[in-house]
Amino acid sequence: MSKKVSRRKFLTYMLGGTAGFLGAGLLFPMVRFAVDPVLKKGGKVEFVDVNLPVSEITETPRAVEFKIFRKDGWYQSEDGETMTAWVMKDPRQELGIVAFSPICKHLGCTVDWESNPQFKNEFFCPCHFGRYTKDGINVPGTPPTAPLDKYELQVKDGRLLIGPIAQA
Amino acid sequence: MLRAIYDWVDERLDITPIWRDVADHEVPEHVNPAHHFSAFIYCFGGLTFFVVVIQILSGMFLALYYVPDIVNAHASVNYLQNELAMGAIVRGMHHWGASVAIVMLFLHTLRVFFTGSYKHPREFNWVIGILIFAVMVGLGFTGYLLPWDNKAYFATKVGVEIAAAVPWIGPYIAAFLQGGDIVGAVTLERFFALHVFFLPALLFILLAVHFILIRRQGISGPL
Ligand code: HEM
Ligand code: FES
Repeated sequence: MSKKVSRRKFLTYMLGGTAGFLGAGLLFPMVRFAVDPVLKKGGKVEFVDVNLPVSEITETPRAVEFKIFRKDGWYQSEDGETMTAWVMKDPRQELGIVAFSPICKHLGCTVDWESNPQFKNEFFCPCHFGRYTKDGINVPGTPPTAPLDKYELQVKDGRLLIGPIAQA
Repeated sequence: MLRAIYDWVDERLDITPIWRDVADHEVPEHVNPAHHFSAFIYCFGGLTFFVVVIQILSGMFLALYYVPDIVNAHASVNYLQNELAMGAIVRGMHHWGASVAIVMLFLHTLRVFFTGSYKHPREFNWVIGILIFAVMVGLGFTGYLLPWDNKAYFATKVGVEIAAAVPWIGPYIAAFLQGGDIVGAVTLERFFALHVFFLPALLFILLAVHFILIRRQGISGPL
């Protein structure tokens, strides 16, 4: 050893090392416990029959309500959570149908169809006047920075099933 | 880097004397286990404090998930123990630590008793110590109800009825503890508030007085 470690330094290191080891051993489980929600993956979303014959879907967006069941920590509502989808015909889609999520892409408020008389034929978000065209495209110059999300869809026996949000 | 930060702060606030005053104190030979192994009995006070620190930390972390509500309390404890990473460990620390804290406190009290350290001029600190003991028992009693299972419920019912047996004021104490006529929703909420706010606050004040008195009076002499 070229550099001499003094007795005092050595003892300080030993004391610090032991204290650090004890402290880390105590804190690690607690911090891991606290951050568990960050590291957990979300649950799988099932397709839900929304009680709507495909033949009833028109060109006009229509708010379709459906229930999903998921656990919120220790809490699970027996009646489920009510979700909304704006459903309409759209020949460009695979099934000829599109269903938009009503969650605004600005900061998460809820959009509504033609709810502001000033903006005909548009989705409108009251929180910060966010606007989207009928195709769900955000109107430039309004706060949202992306088009509305679409739900994944299935058609079974002529009825519409709604699933998770489609990943782009 | 750390040294530079420390120097920067120290230059402006002069913190060195503060921690030196806390850390630099004489450890007489008769309380140093390196000299006489039997002096380990003098460690029980410090060990009690160490366990209390664990209780406070693990309690704060449990409170991230626990809810004091008769419908959800048990479900939230079940969730935090079984569905979260290390939940059983964090709850286990608090659960076993609660008992270890009382055991350490008791051993510390025995040491003070058998070394006669409670005598003048330290009689005031003995009184403070007894108050700390009462607060710790209170923390154990109020915490025990929180999981809201059968054991918790009946232990509290028994405890409240014991309190109700006090002559004259018993029924008032019981009503105060229960917050009503039964051990129920209000009881759980007030035990929670006592457990995480009132009693810890009292404990901190008492511990501060305890430690200040020890530093003023020094450790008692050898037998
Ligand atoms: C210093 C002394 C303390 C003692 C002796 C103590 C004792 C207890 C006991 C016996 C239980 C029941 C636990 C079980 O049976 O699993 C409990 C639960 C609980 N304590 Fe404490 N406690 C202390 C401090 C604290 C502090 C400072 C907090 C928060 C700031 C806290 C928060 C909780 C919570 C949230 C629960 C319910 C969770 C569970 O039941 O596991 N405790 N405590
Ligand atoms: S959240 Fe919709 S416009 Fe801001």
